[in-house]
Amino acid sequence: MSVLFFAETEGGQLKKNAFENASYAHAIAGQLGVAVVGICVGAENADLLGTYGVEKVIRLKNAGLETFTARAYADALAQVAQSQKAQLIVLSSSADARYLAPLLAVKLGAGYLSNAVALPTFEEGLQVKRSCFTNKAFQISHSAQAVNVISLSANAFGIHENSTNAQVEDQEIAAETSKLQVEEVSKVTGQITIADADIVVSGGRGLKGPENWNLVEDLATTLGAATACSKPVSDLGWRPHSEHVGQTGKPVASNLYIAIGISGAIQHLAGINTSKVKVVINNDPEAPFFKAADYGIVGDAFDVVPRLTEKLKAILA
Amino acid sequence: MNILVCISNVPDTTSKINFVENDTQFDTQGVQFIINPNDEFGLTRAVWLQQKQGAKITVLTVGDASCEPILRKCLAIGADQAVRIDAVPTDGFSVAQAIAAYAQTQNFDLIITGRESIDYNGGMVPGMLAGILDIPYVTNCNGLEISGTDATATREIDGGIEKVSASFPLLIAAQKGLVEEEDLIIPNMRGIMQARKKPLEVIPPAEETVQTQTVRFEKPQPKGAVKLVDPDDLDTLIDLLQNEAKVL
Repeated sequence: MSVLFFAETEGGQLKKNAFENASYAHAIAGQLGVAVVGICVGAENADLLGTYGVEKVIRLKNAGLETFTARAYADALAQVAQSQKAQLIVLSSSADARYLAPLLAVKLGAGYLSNAVALPTFEEGLQVKRSCFTNKAFQISHSAQAVNVISLSANAFGIHENSTNAQVEDQEIAAETSKLQVEEVSKVTGQITIADADIVVSGGRGLKGPENWNLVEDLATTLGAATACSKPVSDLGWRPHSEHVGQTGKPVASNLYIAIGISGAIQHLAGINTSKVKVVINNDPEAPFFKAADYGIVGDAFDVVPRLTEKLKAILA
Repeated sequence: MNILVCISNVPDTTSKINFVENDTQFDTQGVQFIINPNDEFGLTRAVWLQQKQGAKITVLTVGDASCEPILRKCLAIGADQAVRIDAVPTDGFSVAQAIAAYAQTQNFDLIITGRESIDYNGGMVPGMLAGILDIPYVTNCNGLEISGTDATATREIDGGIEKVSASFPLLIAAQKGLVEEEDLIIPNMRGIMQARKKPLEVIPPAEETVQTQTVRFEKPQPKGAVKLVDPDDLDTLIDLLQNEAKVL
């Protein structure tokens, strides 16, 4: 028996969520007294998973897996899960992981539990807490399946070091080919994405126009943060849709979320409230965001934000 | 083109979230139900295909009779017929299984779902449905063009966009961007009158395999009050973020 986790890569390097998955899978394997096995596709630094208690990593080197497709990846993972007798497969909540997870579950006849926010418990099956109602509630779900797939919410469990040596085994397996043809992948490079960011700086209509976004961008650059925006801002075309966070936009689960000139409509808060610490800067003391935030400044963003950026530059330099 | 649009009946986005029956069931009292927003983006795209390229649209939901008003609304928006699979949804798999069993009796070229429902947020049904039917699928779909029996679609990925092509049958899981919010169709009186005459078929579920069950729901701990910092004392804010919240 084993706990298997999928370690995602970007440009041949492991992503942060690979270390979260490794930490989470290692803790579960410890509970169950079974081995933890990592699986990745071509990660150059796969041995780094040893830092998080992983002793065995299977590195797939198939030609068909160079470009991500949900079907081929689900099939490859299913084959490894079977050969490793995995009773649990841990995935992240990235766009790709959430894409392949249900296919993997169907292939394995496994139970699928998405958005997990805590370690599972094992009593007559598996029980895990997952977020639902756009983070306004949690659902304790139980699966009686012999094999289960969990997708772990970003930033929910954290990264825990447990240093050991990871044996990396290169493998080639014949995976099913995709029925989809990937024509083109366009990705911003050199810019941290909302999904991967520890800190997100977000702007709303209070910034008055796209020409003032340097306020958000300068603060984000200083903090190494991703930039985001509220729905009205993306609807007005001030910022691209890909930056829209909220109920119908992207979810945010960062450690720190800084909202500038965002009033905090319920749909916006629904998308960001898994962020651990929320700071709001708004000149309207009645803005609903102040009820959801941990720290607040009632003040003019055009005055406060540049001063905050300067101070942080001096401290973090 | 034969299109199936799967619809989920969800609480309005501004609903108060409470639970009853020892926190095992969502409290529907005073809650207004709507078409799941992601599903509605998909339905709107389907209606455009129907108007411009010709298509027959079936909308489907898995649920009890209380879901019929939203199916009627879908018919008023432009769907041609509605199907309600008469089962109370338990988990993503049983819903996917019920829809798959129906879809296998029909000949759909294109199946559209939302990327996830805004209540349980599982994002399970589209992928499981595609997996059971063994057809290609595109999730987080924010663009779709059809030419004959070929489709090109775009998927939002972390930090970008992926463009894919496939042939029918195809499943897409819709999100905002497939159409914009201002494109959503508000039914007019003619549509509402026509919807009353359009067929709404109720069918029993096929075999049902429940894989996961709800033990109970929990609400998050109530949050403490916001700590307000004077705009002229930003050092205090930085100190709180560094030493109290420990996020810098």
